[in-house]
Amino acid sequence: MGEMEQLRKEADSLKDQITAARKAVQDTTLQEAVAEIPAVGRVQLKTRKTLRGHLAKIYAMHWGADSTLCVSASQDGKLIVWDSISTNKVNAIPLKSSWVMTCAYAPSGNLVACGGLDNMCSIYNLKGKDGNVKVMRELAAHTGYLSCCRFLSDTEIITSSGDCTCVLWDIETGTQKTVFAGHQGDCMSLAVSPDFKFFISGACDFTAKLWDIREEQCRQTFGGHESDINAIGVRMRKISPALLHQSSMQACFPHHFSFFQFFPNGNAVITGSDDATCKLHDLRADQDLLTYQDSSIMCGVTSLAPSLSGRLILAGYDDFNVNIWDTLKSERVGVLAGHDNRVSCIGVSSDGMACCTGSWDSFLKIWN
Amino acid sequence: MHIRCEDEIKLRKGGTSRCAFYFTHVCLFFYFVCIPSVCACCFVCVCVCVCVCVCLSPLQMEKVIVAMQDPDMGMKMRNQRLLITVIPHAMTGRDMITWLIQKYCICEEEALHISGMLVRYGYVYPLKEPRSLVLRPDESPYRFQTPYFWTSTRWPASELDYAIYLAKKNIRKQGELMEYEKERYSVLHKRINHTWDFVVMQAREQLRASKQRRKADRIVLECQEQAYWLINRPQPGAHNVLDMGLERPNNLSARVTLNQNSDFYKSEIETCRRALGRNRVKSSICLESFVKYSEQYQNHDPIMQGCLPSNPWISDDTAHWTMNLQIVPIPSRLRVERWSFSFMELLNDIMGRREFMIYLEKEFSAENLCFWQACEDIRHGESSRIVEKVEEIYKNFLTPGAARWVNVDSKTMDKTLKGIRHPHRFVMDDAQMHIYFLMKKDSYPRYLKSDLYKNLLAKAIVPQETKKSVFPFMRRQRHSSPSPAQGDGPAGADSAAGPHV
Repeated sequence: MGEMEQLRKEADSLKDQITAARKAVQDTTLQEAVAEIPAVGRVQLKTRKTLRGHLAKIYAMHWGADSTLCVSASQDGKLIVWDSISTNKVNAIPLKSSWVMTCAYAPSGNLVACGGLDNMCSIYNLKGKDGNVKVMRELAAHTGYLSCCRFLSDTEIITSSGDCTCVLWDIETGTQKTVFAGHQGDCMSLAVSPDFKFFISGACDFTAKLWDIREEQCRQTFGGHESDINAIGVRMRKISPALLHQSSMQACFPHHFSFFQFFPNGNAVITGSDDATCKLHDLRADQDLLTYQDSSIMCGVTSLAPSLSGRLILAGYDDFNVNIWDTLKSERVGVLAGHDNRVSCIGVSSDGMACCTGSWDSFLKIWN
Repeated sequence: MHIRCEDEIKLRKGGTSRCAFYFTHVCLFFYFVCIPSVCACCFVCVCVCVCVCVCLSPLQMEKVIVAMQDPDMGMKMRNQRLLITVIPHAMTGRDMITWLIQKYCICEEEALHISGMLVRYGYVYPLKEPRSLVLRPDESPYRFQTPYFWTSTRWPASELDYAIYLAKKNIRKQGELMEYEKERYSVLHKRINHTWDFVVMQAREQLRASKQRRKADRIVLECQEQAYWLINRPQPGAHNVLDMGLERPNNLSARVTLNQNSDFYKSEIETCRRALGRNRVKSSICLESFVKYSEQYQNHDPIMQGCLPSNPWISDDTAHWTMNLQIVPIPSRLRVERWSFSFMELLNDIMGRREFMIYLEKEFSAENLCFWQACEDIRHGESSRIVEKVEEIYKNFLTPGAARWVNVDSKTMDKTLKGIRHPHRFVMDDAQMHIYFLMKKDSYPRYLKSDLYKNLLAKAIVPQETKKSVFPFMRRQRHSSPSPAQGDGPAGADSAAGPHV
């Protein structure tokens, strides 16, 4: 008992020291640092294309590396690869489980992956020999739902799951290479750094962790958002036992607690949360430097994407809009309104030309 | 719920407060309440002072309840008839009072008080008149609430669950909801509208499943649920026992308290120490780096600057993309400029790598880039071929006297050679890093200053913006693909320019 008290005191004092160290590094206010930059002015993007074809809510989308193809996943059980310029569907892949929460496009363009409440990540080969798209691998070892997946290459993929772990898989053999455990809540989202050496995972325990893929360790932990635990988000796993009856009936509540993206130079991470704010965490200063919030916005952030130069952040919200923020001045410089339901996913193409938003109204819109 | 401090206890009783662990002991003392959350031994006995506010916390009430249900020393329960159904395991109010008096040697007043609390907090619920949460010391039947529904285990009751419960009630018997329940139902409907399908679905499922149970079980479950919600969402105006300052632990602290043992703290201390030792960069430097990065890439950001020759999304002209394919005969100027931003930019672009390779061949140091590429191939390639690839690299680049021997310092070389005996994906990392920095510090800057690069830059295409045919009296636009980030001006003109959007 006495030992525990001592240990606890030690841990607390170390935490205080860390906070002090972080404060010590704050040697300038934001206003001074960005005072000389010209303002961006109003940013107006218009809907250029609308991709119609899904029959139910769209939960995730991801651009391919060539900037015209993108893949989207919807709860009607389909994964559709679109040619966004012509709005044609290149592939429409039927899924075994319609409760899909995430999808990803491999950088090579050969593979797409998806996963959700079936606890598995299914990898599909788009360039199969006979032209059919078939399941190449089913990566099953998670004990919780799959909340996000991202390819590192054609042979490696990282997944985050509701069982509080993230896993690096070897696609060829279908086995787990590394398990990154350490979160105390469901892992809701992950983002890979531009140089593929690190990734960040965010979870329902209010924290985000930066993992080194090579060293297989957590290098940094960030806390910071003050929102109450979203009742739905945290309780996802508690809902089934509460049923008292069948637990095969699992509803889909992919309400992302936090969504992440790396800033394009790889030194910072932008996170969005249910408390209606976005924050920029700098990895080198080990704290969050900028907050993007507005008193008129009261609903949570569902998804984020930075523009190519990092000057703009596009964030999708629960109130059916996308807000565009000036990264450096923390001001809102534009709004994209056009969806009839919550914006669930957003992505900027790799050449930075266009941004695609997917929504629960079953449409994807390309803005430019 | 007040937790009295040690001093007060001593004052009150003139003796020390003792910690005891017993469930079925017969000897009884009066002790004041004092249960900290992290205590292995439980304080069981409850003392109630009638003239002071009650100091029973849920944990203590639970102890009492558990004692009551003890098969040997607990209460005698019997089957009660409720209308025509027989409910098992019920007891009368009178029985409860008697048992409490007997077990804890207290007077009837106190027993009434305690049992009243048990009912008000939902540990025991009345069968006959569920809405009146009082304990009648007569023959009216009561039942124990299942631990699943205890306030302490299911805290906090979520809106979602409440919505499902109300929906069930509504479906089962139309119009049976009371006024305040109807109001809450519509409020919830508005608030969590986006999950309403789920709510209705769940309610239906639960109802369906419950139909498959025996009638007695069904009634019991319904009563339990109803009792739970009467406590947790009481009628407006009714006394809400849960408002009385019970701490609302959020889920996080609940989870954490479960794991708090010495190992947890030790690992926390370890991570904190590591975190403390980390080098932290000044925020001014970080912010400056973001500013620089944004400025540097501003011209390359189509949302900020528009793009040439024309925005394919507006003009449906894919020339921009054709010019920027992976491999083109002549790259565009922006692209070549990007290679000078950082070494990684150069290496990430296939054409950049090719050009760099040509340059290195002139300088007779091309093996560095080949080595780097081979290592990248190992890192990201198939696991099955790692061994053979490592062999090849060793043969071609690392063996002394090899055709394309790379200059790695001796320490790194030793480490790598040792690692090659057990090849894995990252075995070449150190050597690769070394060569990478070599190229970055040495060859890369010289390449940027070289004629090769400069010529390429000069030859590079700056695409002409496609001039749209415009009516002579319309204002000429500066860009055919207006940058969305330019405020008025081109954007305004664009909307006036006719059918292109």
